[in-house]
Amino acid sequence: MQILQYLINGISIGSVYAIIALGYTMVYGIAKMLNFAHGDIIMVGAYISFCVTSYLGLPAWVSVVAAVAVCTVLGIVIEGLAYKPLRGTPSLAVLITAIGVSYFLQNAAQLIWSSSPKNFTSVVTMKPISLAGGKIVVTGEVLLTVAACILVMVGLTLFTSKTRTGKAMRAVSEDRDAAQLMGINVNQTISTTFAIGSALAAVAGVLLCSTVPTLQPTTGSMPGIRAFTAAVFGGIGSIPGAMLGGILLGIIETFSKAYLSTQFSDAIVFSVLIVILLVKPAGLLGKQIQEKV
Amino acid sequence: MKKFVAMLMAVLMVLSMAACGGSSAPAATEAPAAADAAPAATEAPAAEGAAPALKIGLTGPMTGPASAYGLAVRGGMEIAVAEINAKGGLQIEFKSEDDEADGSDKAVSAYNSLKDWGMQIMAGPVTTGSSLAIAAETVNDQIFMLTPSASATDVAMTGSNVFQMCFTDPNQGASAAELMKQKWADATIGVIYDSSDAYSAGIVDGFLTKASELGLNVAVDNAAFTADNKADLSTQVTQCKDAGCDLVFLPFYYTEAAQVLTYANTVGYAPTFFGCDGMDGILTVEGFDAKLAEGLVLMTPFDANATDDATVAFVEQFKANNGGLVPNQFAADGYDVIYALYNACVAAGVDGSTPAADVCAALQEQFASLSVDGLTGKGMTWDANGMISKAPAAMVVTDGVYVPVA
Repeated sequence: MQILQYLINGISIGSVYAIIALGYTMVYGIAKMLNFAHGDIIMVGAYISFCVTSYLGLPAWVSVVAAVAVCTVLGIVIEGLAYKPLRGTPSLAVLITAIGVSYFLQNAAQLIWSSSPKNFTSVVTMKPISLAGGKIVVTGEVLLTVAACILVMVGLTLFTSKTRTGKAMRAVSEDRDAAQLMGINVNQTISTTFAIGSALAAVAGVLLCSTVPTLQPTTGSMPGIRAFTAAVFGGIGSIPGAMLGGILLGIIETFSKAYLSTQFSDAIVFSVLIVILLVKPAGLLGKQIQEKV
Repeated sequence: MKKFVAMLMAVLMVLSMAACGGSSAPAATEAPAAADAAPAATEAPAAEGAAPALKIGLTGPMTGPASAYGLAVRGGMEIAVAEINAKGGLQIEFKSEDDEADGSDKAVSAYNSLKDWGMQIMAGPVTTGSSLAIAAETVNDQIFMLTPSASATDVAMTGSNVFQMCFTDPNQGASAAELMKQKWADATIGVIYDSSDAYSAGIVDGFLTKASELGLNVAVDNAAFTADNKADLSTQVTQCKDAGCDLVFLPFYYTEAAQVLTYANTVGYAPTFFGCDGMDGILTVEGFDAKLAEGLVLMTPFDANATDDATVAFVEQFKANNGGLVPNQFAADGYDVIYALYNACVAAGVDGSTPAADVCAALQEQFASLSVDGLTGKGMTWDANGMISKAPAAMVVTDGVYVPVA
């Protein structure tokens, strides 16, 4: 019976990883860069939501809209200022810049909101569902996160396969130069990708802090790294892969904490990752792409 | 493809290192400015013909993530210094330096600049990391050191000139076990702790040893977490719930405790939660619903709501100096440190003209027999290792305020 509760806990944290991983994978798949500041955009989104509900007293849905709006703008600004000038430089340069942006956001948050932790009030008001006489509890946050995750995944898949912008994104992802020759505005497509990725980060921030209420300037960094791991695990660039990877990572983490060791759970999770990557180097659902010589 | 994977793994490693650094990344660069901002009131008036003022120095985090502790200690010390100087007699000159809770070169350079200033007694540092770095220096320099809040055993064991005002971690764990034996002898106990933190792990060591001595029923003792996986503590809470624990011991900081209390409340698990002094501050977390902490027991040596004259006067003065901020135990520890040093110096007859090494020898002798009544305890004494002995006090949160455990 208890195994079910652990499974639910695992899915709960796993779907938070999944929704963060969707943002990572989206940006990586299209812009071919690892946006390590993604985790910190999540933190900004959570702070915006916290400020709107706690200081302005507005309802939770307004705070989510505000967080999405602010993060979208932030994503576009970061992309324009920090990443666009580096287009065409070696990928390592962009990577280091992303790490710099990550530190910048953390320290800016520390200056604005101070380092003392804040307690995020969950946006979910639904009462938890008790099953099996209280032995198993399903919280509203789990249901909302899983639902949001599926919605985002389906939405993104449809968007990239059906819409004009989505198709442009896939074209840029496959071959940037060829796409440009075909008349696709590559810069604008990448900016749009960042806007979508950052909007997702805002949603992820609200869901993360609804599940785990402690909000600090460093809140986003560790879940961000885990979600990145999840994206690699599922096959980076693959939208369903990110979701699968996130949820599996959450479940493996929770089970290794529950049945093996709470202290070594990270070691176990990352060992699984190494094994998967040895067997399937492109990740679970990743496509094996022939390298062009 | 191999190249790609290799690069990914390399990036992962770099990033995990970056993340580790992130939590302690120094945020501000205007450290000296903050230290200079200390009110000038702490400068002792140099009276004509009187002995020069005794120079007491403090290092602590005045900026950065841990600044709440450093500023509280400094605020408490400033009040004690102002009170003592107003009395006449032995005068104290007090100076603080920012070490950003960084145990490496920052702590040592803060200490060195205090030494250049002519510091005779070290009334810090505030955090354990810095204390370990500085304690070794004070042993070489023979400067007496009394830390208000660095609680690791290793700090006191560095040398015979190093003393602590707070409980050593294992001692605090042992007192917690004793208190549980008194009040909750039949409870099934679960322990959740942070194995990557010396403070938390130290308390659990002392607690488990004492608990098995006293025959307490500890059902869950391995629900640990680390700095890297503390984002989700639901598994640890579920383990305690499954084992039927009706008392859960949480010897870690309130940041994570808020998370445990919230999750337990969500799933309808309501044991008695029992925290240590790191739990102090949970009621001040912005956005935290104080109802969740109802019935929470915590061991803290200082209660800002106590009605004795000394506490009331201290709390009022602290609020007046700090824009209405209520002092926590760190402030009280700082206040007691200055008084303990003052009493010892008066008894030993040292003043500003005594060389630091002589002050050190005289104070070591005094602290062997000294007994101090302060805000954080009555009849506090020290053993030969420099560890304090005082009665532990426990509070229970009732209607959103601390009430002493009956």
